[in-house]
Amino acid sequence: MTARLAVENLKSPLAGPFELELAPGECAAISGPSGAGKSLFLRMIADLDPNTGEAALDGTPRAAMAAPAWRRKAPYVAAESGWWRDAVAEHVEASAREAGRDLAAQLGLARELFEGPVQRLSTGERQRLALVRALVLEPPVLLLDEPTAPLDPDSIAKVEAVLAARLKAGAALVLVSHDPQQARRLGARPYEMRERRLRPLG
Amino acid sequence: MTAISLSPADLAIGASLVAFDALLSVLLRLALHRQVLWAAGRMVVQLVAVGYILRAVFALRHPAATLLVVLVMSAIAAHEIAARPERRFKGWTGLGLSAGGVAIATVVTVGLALLTAIRPHPWYDPRYAITLVGIVLGSVLNAGSLSLDTLLGGITRERGAIEAQLALGASFHQATARLLREAIRRGLMPIINQMSAAGLITLPGIMTGQILAGLDPLEAVKYQILLMFLLAGASGLSALLMAYGALRRLTDERQRLRLDRLRE
Repeated sequence: MTARLAVENLKSPLAGPFELELAPGECAAISGPSGAGKSLFLRMIADLDPNTGEAALDGTPRAAMAAPAWRRKAPYVAAESGWWRDAVAEHVEASAREAGRDLAAQLGLARELFEGPVQRLSTGERQRLALVRALVLEPPVLLLDEPTAPLDPDSIAKVEAVLAARLKAGAALVLVSHDPQQARRLGARPYEMRERRLRPLG
Repeated sequence: MTAISLSPADLAIGASLVAFDALLSVLLRLALHRQVLWAAGRMVVQLVAVGYILRAVFALRHPAATLLVVLVMSAIAAHEIAARPERRFKGWTGLGLSAGGVAIATVVTVGLALLTAIRPHPWYDPRYAITLVGIVLGSVLNAGSLSLDTLLGGITRERGAIEAQLALGASFHQATARLLREAIRRGLMPIINQMSAAGLITLPGIMTGQILAGLDPLEAVKYQILLMFLLAGASGLSALLMAYGALRRLTDERQRLRLDRLRE
C-alpha cells in the first residue's frame, strides 16, 4: 500500500536528512528541545525553505505538482499564526466559510469571533482559527506546529477531537508537540528531534 | 529675449545669504555652520564643473560624448536607488535591479520625447538629450527608491502573513499582490503631488528657468507640461520595475519567500 505521506532523504544545509512514512490515518508526534529543527522539518516538507530530497503524497512526488498545489494538500500551520486581512472570515475562501464556521464552533469559538476582526483575538483563539483556515482545505496531510501550545485543557480536548476525526477520515498528520500524553491520546507514533535529526521514540 | 547675465558680484550678493545662515547657526548654537558652508561650497564646485562639462559636450555634439555623460548620470542614480532602502539585497542583485529599471524607464520616456515631441536635429543633440535625461532621472530616482524601500521593508515586516498564505497554497503572486500595489502607490505619490501643486504652490523649475531666460511664459508652460507627462511616465515605470523586479528576486521556482537573499 502506498503511503499517504512519504518523506525520503529530505535535507537542507540546516537540517536532515529526514525519513518518514505515514499511512492514511497515521500521526507522527515530534517532540524535542527548541531549536532542534522541528519547525524546520515541517517547513521543509511544505517546501517553504530550500531543500533537496523527496516528499510524496499517495505516491505522487511533490516535484510533479506546482508548489502551491502541493502546499494546499499539505498545509503547514505555524506556531505563530500570520494574518493578512482585517476580518477573520476573509482569510477563508467564500465557498468554505460555512465549513469554517462549523469548525470554529467545534473548537469552542463563538460565532462573532469568526466574523470579527483578527485584532480582537487572543493568542489561543488565533491559534485555533489558524487551524480552521487549514482544515477547511480538507487536506490529506496536515503539518501542525504546536497547535495546542497556548490552549487551556478544555480547548485542547476540542482540538484533539477534531484532529482525531480527520485521522479517522484518512488524513495523515505530522504534529509538533511537547506533551507525550497528547501523542498517546491521538494514537501517534512518537519521534524525537535532536540536533536537526529525527529518531523514533520507544 | 536674452537672459540677464549674472556677474560674480551678483553671485556674491546671493552668497551673503548663506553667510547669514552660518551666522544664525553660530548665534543659536545649531552646530550647523560647518555643514551649511560645506554644502554651499560643494554645490558651487559641482555646478561649475557640470557647467564646464556640459559646455564642452554641447560643443562636441558627438554621440559618444553624450552617451558617456548619460551613462555616468544613470549609474549614479542606479547606485542611489540600490543604496537607499533600509533592507538591501546581498551581492550585486540590488544594483543590477536598479540599473535595469533606470535604463528602461529613462530610455523609454526620454526616447519618446526626443523622437516624437521635441525632435531636435540630430535627435541625440546633447543640449536636449542630456538635459531631459537629467530631469527624468530625478523622478526615476525618487519613485524607484520609494517603491523599492516600501517593498523591501514591507516584505520583511509582513513575513509571517505572507508565509501563512503560501503555507495554505496561495501563489507567491497572490501572497504579495497587496504589497506590490502599496509599493507602486508610494512610488507614484511624489509625481502626483508635483503635478497637483504645479503652478499653484510651486512654479516648476524648468518653467521658471525658461521664463528667467527670457522665454514667453506660455511657451515655457507647454514645455513644463510635456516634462510633467514625461516625469509621470518615468515615475510609473520606475516604481513598477523596481517593485516587480525585487519581488521576482525574492522568490524561486517553488514560490518560496526567499528573505535569505536580503542582507543581515
